[in-house]
Amino acid sequence: MSVLLTATSVTDEVDRSPSERVDVCVVGSGPAGALAAYSLAERGHDVVVLEAGPRFSFEDRLRRMERFLRPAFDWVDVWEMGGDRDAYASTGELHYPLNTTRVKGVGGTTLHWLGLVPRYHEKDFEMDSRYGLGEDWPISYDDLRPYYAAVEREMGVAGAADNPFEPPRESPFPMDAFPPSYADSLFEAACEALEITMHSIPQARNSEAYDGRSQCVGYGTCDPVCPSGAKYTAEVHVAKAEAEGARVIDRAPVQRLVHDESGERLEAVEYATPDGETHRQEARQVVLACGAIETPRLLLLSESDEYPDGLANSSGAVGRYLMEHPFAGTDALLMEETRQNHVGFMTSECHQFYDHDDSTPGSLKLEFINNAEPAPVEIALRDGSWGDDLVGAIRRGSGNSLRIGALVEQLPREENRVQLDTSRTDDHGNPVPEIVWSVGDHAIETMRYAQRIQRRIFNEMGARITGQTDPHNPGAARHPMGTTRMGADPETSVVDARLRTHDIENLTIASSSVFTTGGAMNPTLTIGALSLLAAEYVDEDL
Amino acid sequence: MELSRRDAIAALAAVGIGTGGVALYRSDAFGDGSIDSETSPDDPIDTMIALAAVVYPSEVSGIDEFVETYVVGRLEDDETHEERTVQALAHLEGYASDEFGDSFVDLSPEDRDAVLRELGVQNAQPNPEGSDVERIRYYLVNELLYALFTSPTGGELVGHENPPGHGGGLDSYRRGPDA
Repeated sequence: MSVLLTATSVTDEVDRSPSERVDVCVVGSGPAGALAAYSLAERGHDVVVLEAGPRFSFEDRLRRMERFLRPAFDWVDVWEMGGDRDAYASTGELHYPLNTTRVKGVGGTTLHWLGLVPRYHEKDFEMDSRYGLGEDWPISYDDLRPYYAAVEREMGVAGAADNPFEPPRESPFPMDAFPPSYADSLFEAACEALEITMHSIPQARNSEAYDGRSQCVGYGTCDPVCPSGAKYTAEVHVAKAEAEGARVIDRAPVQRLVHDESGERLEAVEYATPDGETHRQEARQVVLACGAIETPRLLLLSESDEYPDGLANSSGAVGRYLMEHPFAGTDALLMEETRQNHVGFMTSECHQFYDHDDSTPGSLKLEFINNAEPAPVEIALRDGSWGDDLVGAIRRGSGNSLRIGALVEQLPREENRVQLDTSRTDDHGNPVPEIVWSVGDHAIETMRYAQRIQRRIFNEMGARITGQTDPHNPGAARHPMGTTRMGADPETSVVDARLRTHDIENLTIASSSVFTTGGAMNPTLTIGALSLLAAEYVDEDL
Repeated sequence: MELSRRDAIAALAAVGIGTGGVALYRSDAFGDGSIDSETSPDDPIDTMIALAAVVYPSEVSGIDEFVETYVVGRLEDDETHEERTVQALAHLEGYASDEFGDSFVDLSPEDRDAVLRELGVQNAQPNPEGSDVERIRYYLVNELLYALFTSPTGGELVGHENPPGHGGGLDSYRRGPDA
């Protein structure tokens, strides 16, 4: 088994022909698709899941970790993203590094996610009512609350009741929280003096054995690969869906959705297979669950005489209102050892500045980072020195770093969007997605506010600040959202409160693409909750 | 810092190779005719050990057993890796013979270091499919450094007993530097 081998190079003899007309065809096997498929299969429905990427072997995880740690490989090499299949254009004010944000494969982007799973706060669903910003969701936190609890149990979430800013919850977390790190303890006195409350983080990562998966063993490479299986991936619910009778077809990128003559119902989902064939999977209901980029792209690719601007796009909102979580960070050095990189995840954060009174600055979530500097092996393999010189290089390049980050709220803006770039095609001849992304004044002001708080903490600690993110050119936290947004008004939104498209009666979308506003919380728990909600409505209609 | 065979087995496990309790011997590696006797070192494991003596910090001991166990396990597991490692070793040996008049193993540590520097290994990109010197960096130098710095013993050289790449549990992240 070579670190150079790729899953997609493997020739297999899997039967990828379509099933006879099924109850539900789910497009995508990330967390949204896997949870929906499991929920529906468990209720006794015939389910086929179509996944564009391959099924990655769990036995390869250590080799993927090696790819991550060795500088000969890029981030996208770990899960084999890139090439013609994943070609895209980025033409906005800011470059959007699409292929670092996602993974195509069974399990989807949870294969490389960090695994933080906070709930959204009540205010996130009421942005227009509270602040006159964006739109209200057509559902509330209370509507979603039981589904949050359900998905916490399904994923296995480690957390604690030590967060005074958390929205109301009805039950304890399934597992105890990971205790704070030594690095976290270095912030404590300063935060206490500044009356800033640190608390634990809900994580879809096993702090103890859970659901047949082991406790975290501390490989330190959660993002992008957990070799132990302690971090939740949607492979868990793909396997559960299959155990309930669902069929999962990998390497089957969907090409278009086909509606009937009335234009009101989908008839079939057309997908390609590695042998060059194209197939039609007929289904009574279709659930699109392929993320905030490919979901609108597929709708746009499925244009027809009835829908010349793209399927389910009578509102014109398909692809628009792309949101992200800009990341605002501050780096510092401390005149003592800070013990970075002993685990691959954060153990303390702060929601104190999330619920705000004025409209701007908006929500932000502070994160106390445990990986503020390169690991010894990263320096060793990049530096170019060896022997005793290398020890010196590692000691100079690590040991005293600290970082506080912040996820920041970005408002939905019509001009931020996913559209088709007809000048370039993918490996199946389809126009590639073109991403147009900029940040906006609200997010810039919120980032500045976050960085003022970060500077106050470091100054209180006596740490020397060495750098801050440029708010005009931040990185994205790799949380695309909003491109088929939910709303009560068919004139301005793509799906309704049931996650059903306004235009097509048997088409449901389960994805961060339905988020009406984006908040500043990691989105995957909300994706999962919405997916379970959507599955209930699909079940009602079957 | 004393490296052991147990460290090597842990390092192999970290790249997905379980030895399953079966001892690996150098005679198992390179036993398939992959070595061209005209251009390759007599014993590649000896060359890797000689290289490790240069690229590993002087504080490290127990190199021979660690490198032999790790390299044999690694090459036994992966034919492509073995083939390219042999090619990289052949290039290293060829340069040592041509420019220094002796096999790499028989050179002094200073001359082995000079071989690497004259080849430009310090500035070469580690690339498994690159030029000869890029492959030396990837398959030989970085291979040895990866094994070392993802092991607890290698991490301890720089104050890090549970380095990324090693599944060392959930205690170390809570410990302070004096614990």
